[in-house]
Amino acid sequence: MSDFDGEIVAFDNVGLRYGTDGEVLRDISFTLYPGSFYFLTGASGAGKTSLLKLLYLAQRPSRGAIRMFGSDVITLPRARLPAFRRRLGVVFQDFRLVPHLSAFDNVALPLRVSGMPESDVAKPVADMLDWVGLSHRYEARPATLSGGEQQRVAIARAVIGRPDMLVADEPTGNVDPEMALKLLRLFEALNRLGTTVVVATHDVHLLKKVPDSLIMRLDKGRLSDPTGALRYPPRAVRRESSAP
Amino acid sequence: MTRPGALNRAIVRGFSPFGGDRAARLVPQARLVGPMPWVIAIMVALTVVAAAGGLALQNMADTARAELSGGVTVQVIEAFPAARERQAGAVMEALANDAKIATYRRVPEAELDALLEPWLGVGATDATVPVPALIDVRLRGVADRAAIDDLQTRLLEIAPDARVDAQSGWLQPVFAAITSLQWLAIALVVLLALTSAAAVWLAARSALGSNRNTIEIVHLLGGTDGQIARIFQRSIGYDAVLGGVAGLAIGVAGVMVLGRQFAALGSGMMAGGGLTLPDWLMLAGIPVAGVVIAVVTARLTVLASVRRML
Ligand SMILES: Nc1ncnc2c1ncn2[C@@H]1O[C@H](COP(=O)(O)OP(=O)(O)O)[C@@H](O)[C@H]1O
Ligand SMILES: [Mg+2]
Repeated sequence: MSDFDGEIVAFDNVGLRYGTDGEVLRDISFTLYPGSFYFLTGASGAGKTSLLKLLYLAQRPSRGAIRMFGSDVITLPRARLPAFRRRLGVVFQDFRLVPHLSAFDNVALPLRVSGMPESDVAKPVADMLDWVGLSHRYEARPATLSGGEQQRVAIARAVIGRPDMLVADEPTGNVDPEMALKLLRLFEALNRLGTTVVVATHDVHLLKKVPDSLIMRLDKGRLSDPTGALRYPPRAVRRESSAP
Repeated sequence: MTRPGALNRAIVRGFSPFGGDRAARLVPQARLVGPMPWVIAIMVALTVVAAAGGLALQNMADTARAELSGGVTVQVIEAFPAARERQAGAVMEALANDAKIATYRRVPEAELDALLEPWLGVGATDATVPVPALIDVRLRGVADRAAIDDLQTRLLEIAPDARVDAQSGWLQPVFAAITSLQWLAIALVVLLALTSAAAVWLAARSALGSNRNTIEIVHLLGGTDGQIARIFQRSIGYDAVLGGVAGLAIGVAGVMVLGRQFAALGSGMMAGGGLTLPDWLMLAGIPVAGVVIAVVTARLTVLASVRRML
């Protein structure tokens, strides 16, 4: 896409503090390239969720600059942020499903928010729910689903709109290893279609499961670059235009 | 779906941000269980009654004014019956030949006696109290000061004890009272509108509070402030339509009962206090205004609240 040639996200000296406490994130600078697959690792409390919140535009940094899709999102007028959010898919650590909506309606939400005609909504939603193995739970409310099932609904909702960037916060934390692998394959499939993927996880075993992935490590709010991926841009990943 | 019905669907479609019936369930709806429709119904009913009262007073005053506009009373105040009759006869004759007079009528003694009886007692009027001769006159033009003075001057030449008064004169305090009542009705309507807006504001805020999580999710999925506001607008608009229709029904029923009771008074003055078709249409507009107030208030409240999110 022409508006973010070369980079999809760039953080420059970003810092984040909550209230008057010390900085939770310090001097964060990195660039994400379109079509790459990133793992964000770090111990619990290292600041992974905080970093992702900045990425999915739920939080303003206390300092520094953030560019996304070619625009400075810090100075962007508020009214223009929804258009950016619609280009993102987010799997929240706490899922954030709408409690009184069925699994089907939760997954359909991004499509409806973006104004897709109702007649076009049903098929992709059904396909996606089938893909995550919930074809029998269309009408189930989140409260009646297990933790793993809720997580799959959350993932289905995040990827349904074929986002430019997928941000997933511990997306395999509540599923068995077999399902975790299956969900990673889903992310990889999406990645092959051109979506930049950022997966936060404290599970180091997951990293080896995606061979081409790049690793960002957070340690007490500071970013390290164990593979050099952030300093040395990876090969350009071509977007494929074919459908899955 | 547990909320079928053509009206409902029309509303959902009309306000729908996402263009679907399913999206309408984004915010859980406590229809009829919540106090909102009832609050709005009571507000609308009270407003309808207050507005109907104001309009009826207006009509009453208009009718009375029109009826009295050309009306004057000629009194011949003379203690001796013979002289009184002579002067009254002369006045009648003069009126008959006056081009500016539309109609005139001597008020019969019996009628006068009947009018005075409650005050003076039966038979008291016969001789003990001298009663003036009364002539009801309707001028062709308006009974303004100049016309009355002109008639007075001419009549004095033939009947020295004739006194001409505008009939509306004694009604001035009544008109003043009616005007105050109308202001009261207007003030009531305004207060009720403000109270309705405040009630909707509270309802929208509590709905916002209990749906904060949902709002945040829609927000993070790229929902615009307008889309989020429309979810609540539709929800409160639906409540307002429900409450407005119920309130109009209650209010109109109240107005009809009151109207019938006033009509039963049989007073000439009350006869002009009926409501015309435009009045009824205006009353029917009150719930519409209520829905507009509710929807606009909900929108502004929600927008003010979501603007605080990044
Ligand atoms: N909303 C918040 N308010 C205050 N402190 C927070 C908030 N969210 C996270 N923190 C703190 O920021 C630090 C990083 O948390 P988090 O980003 O959730 O880390 P991780 O996802 O890696 O476990 C923790 O010390 C946590 O207590
Ligand atoms: Mg976390």
